[in-house]
Amino acid sequence: MDWLTTVDHKKIGILYLIAGALFFGIGGIEALLIRWQLIKPMNDFVSAQTFNELITMHGTTMIFLGVMPLIFALMNAVVPLQIGARDVAFPFLNSLGFWTFLFGGVLLNISWVMGGAPDAGWTAYTPLSSKLYSDTHGVDFYTVGLQIAGLGTLIGGINFLATIITMRAPGMSFMRMPMFTWTAFITSAIILFAFPAITVGLVLLSFDRILDANFFDVSEGGNPVLWQHIFWIFGHPEVYILILPAFGIISEVIPTFARKRLFGYSSMVFATILIAFLGFMVWAHHMFTTGMGPVANALFSISTMLIAVPTGIKIFNWLFTLWGGQIRFTAANLYASGFIPTFVMGGVTGVMLASAPADYQFHDTYFVVAHFHYVIVGGLVLGLFSGLHYWWPKMFGRVLDEKLGKIGFWFFIIGFHLTFFVQHFLGLMGMQRRIFTYLRGQGFDTLNLVSTIGALLMGVGVLVFLFNVIVTTRKPAGAPNDPWEDGRTLEWSIPSPPPEYNFKQIPLVRGLDAYWKEKMAGHTEMTPAEPVGSIHMPSASILPFVMSAGIFVAGLGFMYHQYVVLVLGLVITFACMAIRSLYDDHGWHIDPEETTEKGVKE
Amino acid sequence: MMKRWQAVKRLFPFVGLVLLLSACGREDLSALRPQGPVAQGQFDLMKLSIAIMIVVLLIVFGIAGYVWMRFRRRPGQTDIPEQVEGNFKLEVIWTVIPLILVIILGVATVQKVFAHGENYWNDKNAVKVKVTSHQFWWEFNYPDYGVTTAQDLIIPTGKKIAFQLKTADVLHSFWVPSLAGKTDTNPEGAINNAWFTADKEGVYLGKCAELCGQSHGLMEFKVKAVSQESFDSWVKAMKEPVALPEDQATAEVFKNQCLTCHAIGSEGGPSAPNLTGIGGRESVASILINGQDGTAKENLKTWLEDPQAVKPGNTMPNPKEDLKLTDEQIDAIADYLANSKLKTD
Ligand code: HEM
Ligand SMILES: [Cu+2]
Repeated sequence: MDWLTTVDHKKIGILYLIAGALFFGIGGIEALLIRWQLIKPMNDFVSAQTFNELITMHGTTMIFLGVMPLIFALMNAVVPLQIGARDVAFPFLNSLGFWTFLFGGVLLNISWVMGGAPDAGWTAYTPLSSKLYSDTHGVDFYTVGLQIAGLGTLIGGINFLATIITMRAPGMSFMRMPMFTWTAFITSAIILFAFPAITVGLVLLSFDRILDANFFDVSEGGNPVLWQHIFWIFGHPEVYILILPAFGIISEVIPTFARKRLFGYSSMVFATILIAFLGFMVWAHHMFTTGMGPVANALFSISTMLIAVPTGIKIFNWLFTLWGGQIRFTAANLYASGFIPTFVMGGVTGVMLASAPADYQFHDTYFVVAHFHYVIVGGLVLGLFSGLHYWWPKMFGRVLDEKLGKIGFWFFIIGFHLTFFVQHFLGLMGMQRRIFTYLRGQGFDTLNLVSTIGALLMGVGVLVFLFNVIVTTRKPAGAPNDPWEDGRTLEWSIPSPPPEYNFKQIPLVRGLDAYWKEKMAGHTEMTPAEPVGSIHMPSASILPFVMSAGIFVAGLGFMYHQYVVLVLGLVITFACMAIRSLYDDHGWHIDPEETTEKGVKE
Repeated sequence: MMKRWQAVKRLFPFVGLVLLLSACGREDLSALRPQGPVAQGQFDLMKLSIAIMIVVLLIVFGIAGYVWMRFRRRPGQTDIPEQVEGNFKLEVIWTVIPLILVIILGVATVQKVFAHGENYWNDKNAVKVKVTSHQFWWEFNYPDYGVTTAQDLIIPTGKKIAFQLKTADVLHSFWVPSLAGKTDTNPEGAINNAWFTADKEGVYLGKCAELCGQSHGLMEFKVKAVSQESFDSWVKAMKEPVALPEDQATAEVFKNQCLTCHAIGSEGGPSAPNLTGIGGRESVASILINGQDGTAKENLKTWLEDPQAVKPGNTMPNPKEDLKLTDEQIDAIADYLANSKLKTD
């Protein structure tokens, strides 16, 4: 019950972590089924229809429901601590964001048992995704489920923008913010601008499907290519929503375990902003073969290639952070170290793809599958694992087992490269993506076998991590404030896990890497910026949960044309909103006497 | 001398790479073994970009490897390393160098974008083909010759083939890796153009590269490049009248049940693949490959007995269940079709 009503950002972070892990697991199983089907030519392990549902759900689940919440988990767990805040700006909204996300994700996934999952690819290109060519309710689950989940993401993004702008501790200017907070900030800004695009797209598509509108139907004067533009105007920035937080994590982990401040901090900030900006300018590089004409292709080629420049700045800054440092290869740092070469490999194939005429050969082949997995898995997922190992003690008061962490890492990274490296060649040799099987004798057999074996190894790596979590959770809590001893930012100055109110007194920030600065000055704690006083806390509330449940019900009603159910769901949601608006809730206070003990350790 | 050897040694990876790449995959299928100018241009771009990227990778891997080895924390090390803020010069260097690399690749890219984007539809010397994609088959219409065929695209070597591409249902993408990259087929109103040339005679594999439903992976076609003379005689043969089955009953069934959608010679409808000369084609349904002798009939029977088993999700009715054909009728029709070959000279 406590978990259903909590508005504490740390607990919501844990909720996001659990939900993300769950969906990541589902997406992972789907990936393994896909790879198992492709282990040999003309395999009939799953049917063509099931295969298309698997790739669609794998892509959709991984992107929207797997890694997004894991990013939000870390942002929730860490950002308020890094900026010296007691909570996020809107705790109630934070909880609402989580629950709408979760209900949206659940809605999408119950499609498996309610008569067919979406099958038009995670990009849902029309007309394939139209009622005419996809006549189960699958794609309706896609449009409605993503709409609801997307609402949660948008709410979360706005919340973090407000939090980072308004809740920084005294002395923490923008140019003293830790890199992870910076990337959380920029990511939230991208969410704010990109998600409305997909929101509109999904509304149009669901109107086409459910209410017989014809935005994308040529025979009625619509335009299917319009969907591609809308999708990618959202879709490309989405990639940066995913990768920037990983950059942030790496920028925290590397300095800590090299014992050096981040090299070129201000160029890192600049590069992050530039990447975000360019990220909005290049969407059409997903559509070179659509027939936009040579001028558009040339422009989008060049603008895409330019992203390599700020990205390169980041890579070299990390390398020169390590240069002259004292590197410790903890599990967290192993993942960060694995990230650098792996991500660079994904980056360079990205530049190759940016060359439009060559992309005519790469597009929609396994070369692309290899490229984006190098970026998303080799970049983001390695980053997430690094961040999880790094902040686990802060979140749970227990340090993950280092040995298991390292074993998991080696399985994962070796498996990863086996799986995806060979796919570059499959693509170049003529294997399209999204094919449920391939004929014998095309030279694809061996490489596909290798790829599947790699995927299994990756699976083992993930299982080792899970095992590590279980083992660690059964040990007593007792991690020190600063378990890595070289923590640099504010979160390491308070207990692990932090008390409910985070900071007994809001700290005074005197420079970049605030905590490190104090440590170097011989202090063991931060200088407080305020006297000890009573702390105002927001009240827990079940409303976000009920509100999201209402939207879920309404969504189902809409899909199945059950308008009574639709109205019922909306009534629930609006009633909750009314309650929230009409009754004032001033929260509660923690008195100074209570703060010495309570909440520090459970 | 030593110095030069060093420089040469550094080239080894590239030479090796090019050898490796060009040995990759089937000659009639791999984008790494181009058989015509368009694919060749694309391959050249690939080589250029791969070479640049390998340089970048070597530098990054080199520095990373060096720092990981050189700057490990040794036991008992307690001093604090110098907290370096940054280095303006270095940062400028690694901004400018990638910029230069990008410009090199960018210039080459833009050149090719415009060269390959040329539209030859109105070129008198080009052979024009209208490509229409369907779930899950390909229709090729030659407007200048008044000929329509399916699955096998016959072209003369050495000539520019100019395409107009569209789809009859969902989006597909027309791709012959060893001749040219892909072009999407959009619905009417957004027709795309493309072109390629095949230098040598041969059969090249083409594929659909845009998810288009269940049998997307099986939506293949063949490009058969032949000499100009054979091409001309093929066109002529395609226009010859085609005889219906001799057996009157079979002819009746074939006409009533098959030609409502398919066409053969001058008879029948256009909503399914044209069957003229199917006995001499490379394949049945594009994936049941016909061998030298006899297998065409076997393949036709396989298809007719259960089209869904061959290509799940295709729109042809099941001859047995939906069209109520008996095994004998199927056999007779398969036999007739297998012997329906073009009389080329
Ligand atoms: C266990 C690791 C993974 C394996 C083995 C794996 C494997 C695959 C395979 C085989 C495909 C299908 C390719 C095709 O035919 O189109 C695919 C597609 C995809 N994967 Fe993964 N994947 C993994 C993890 C991830 C993760 C973590 C993400 C994102 C966060 C992701 C995102 C995608 C996307 C977006 C697609 C495209 C789906 C579509 O075509 O609609 N994958 N993956
Ligand atoms: Cu297709």
